[in-house]
Amino acid sequence: MFAMLFALLLEATGSISVFGAAIGAGLAAIGAGMGIGRIGGSAMEAIARQPEAAARIQTAMLVIAALIEAVALFAAVICLLVATAA
Amino acid sequence: MMRSVLNKFLLAIALVFSSLASVQAQEHGHEGEAPHKKEGFNVGDMIMHHIKDEHGWELAHGLTIPLPVILYSDDRGLEVFSSSRLAHDAVYNGYKQEHGKIHRVNEAGDVEEGVKLYDFSITKNTASLLLSAVIMLLLFTTVSRGYAKNKGKAPKGIQSLLEPIILFVRDDIAKPSIGHHYGRYLPYLLTLFFFILINNLLGLLPGAANLTGNIAVTLSLAVLTFLIVTFSGNKNYWMHIISPPGVPWFVLPIMIPVEIVGVFMKPISLTVRLFANITAGHIIILSLLGLIFMANSLAGASTSVAISPVVMFFTLFLNCIELIVAFLQAFIFTLLTAMYIGTAVEEHHHHDEAHGTVSELG
Repeated sequence: MFAMLFALLLEATGSISVFGAAIGAGLAAIGAGMGIGRIGGSAMEAIARQPEAAARIQTAMLVIAALIEAVALFAAVICLLVATAA
Repeated sequence: MMRSVLNKFLLAIALVFSSLASVQAQEHGHEGEAPHKKEGFNVGDMIMHHIKDEHGWELAHGLTIPLPVILYSDDRGLEVFSSSRLAHDAVYNGYKQEHGKIHRVNEAGDVEEGVKLYDFSITKNTASLLLSAVIMLLLFTTVSRGYAKNKGKAPKGIQSLLEPIILFVRDDIAKPSIGHHYGRYLPYLLTLFFFILINNLLGLLPGAANLTGNIAVTLSLAVLTFLIVTFSGNKNYWMHIISPPGVPWFVLPIMIPVEIVGVFMKPISLTVRLFANITAGHIIILSLLGLIFMANSLAGASTSVAISPVVMFFTLFLNCIELIVAFLQAFIFTLLTAMYIGTAVEEHHHHDEAHGTVSELG
């Protein structure tokens, strides 16, 4: 089945590296989603335990979410490089 | 009250869809009349064209603001001309534009290799940068003059908009991260924050330049941060890199390369974070809007008109998310810069000794 898919991709786009790029971008999205979801969940629990600290917890959550997203975007940029260089 | 709003909204959507049905009935008459076959819509080209830099500022199809093209070559020296002369792949004075890059061509029209061309043009991104610099100058000179005039009185006008944001940068970003000497770095942090914020917001307007999505711009900001952190690093900072505290001696051969790579990875991550966030946002919005045009070229005008309300609603929602991302990315860049400066200037405090107190920061 993969041989047929690769043959089709090769004919359509001229190289099969776009297959790897697409899968890489998808995996990066899954990773970012899981990571930021966990952060969000922990932040929700922490705010539920101590509502007075909600502002500080929210700030910390946004900072950590941005750091995780940066890693996912590293992967997305590399996938874009692979796809456009093909 | 909510129920009547909901009813009106549903009525509006029903009206839009019913009007689309009548449009569909009209469209069928015209479809057989096109004499020539148009090339299919290439959404990748459209997206790349809107993301990348270009020599003229194209606001809409046919409406292009020409910008100066400034070229320096060793044999011909400095040449300045308008970008409209290179429009539509025209050859001007031995120069030709190919995919945004300008090449020297000989009489036959072939690109001449080996001619080293330095391109100092005012491109779309440069013009946008100058525009945002002018906006920032106007805003902040007005604010500072307002402070001089209203000494001791309540702020009025644009002051009351910018003062909470400036105090936010000072009290929540600079002071907790840097500590006592935050005053030395506050001008840079404020400039950084407002520069990124204003350019992110400007980039969301239609026809605007994608400035903070240009990796050269974000790299320059990250290099500035790197230089400031390096040149204000005290002995404590360098000792922490060479020998992080509390680390046994046999781990040091691993820790030192890791720490040195870390010194360089911090500006690189700042660069890629801002660039990728802003560019990815623009690509998503452009892809969604390009969906309408793809439907037009693949399935006819009626389909594209039918899907356009849904697509535009979703694009509106994504634009709101992009507004949040604009603020968030400016905040994150400034906060991380402040934290790196904070690690560079922090005084030594005792980690291992039980009786030592943690030095008070801020």
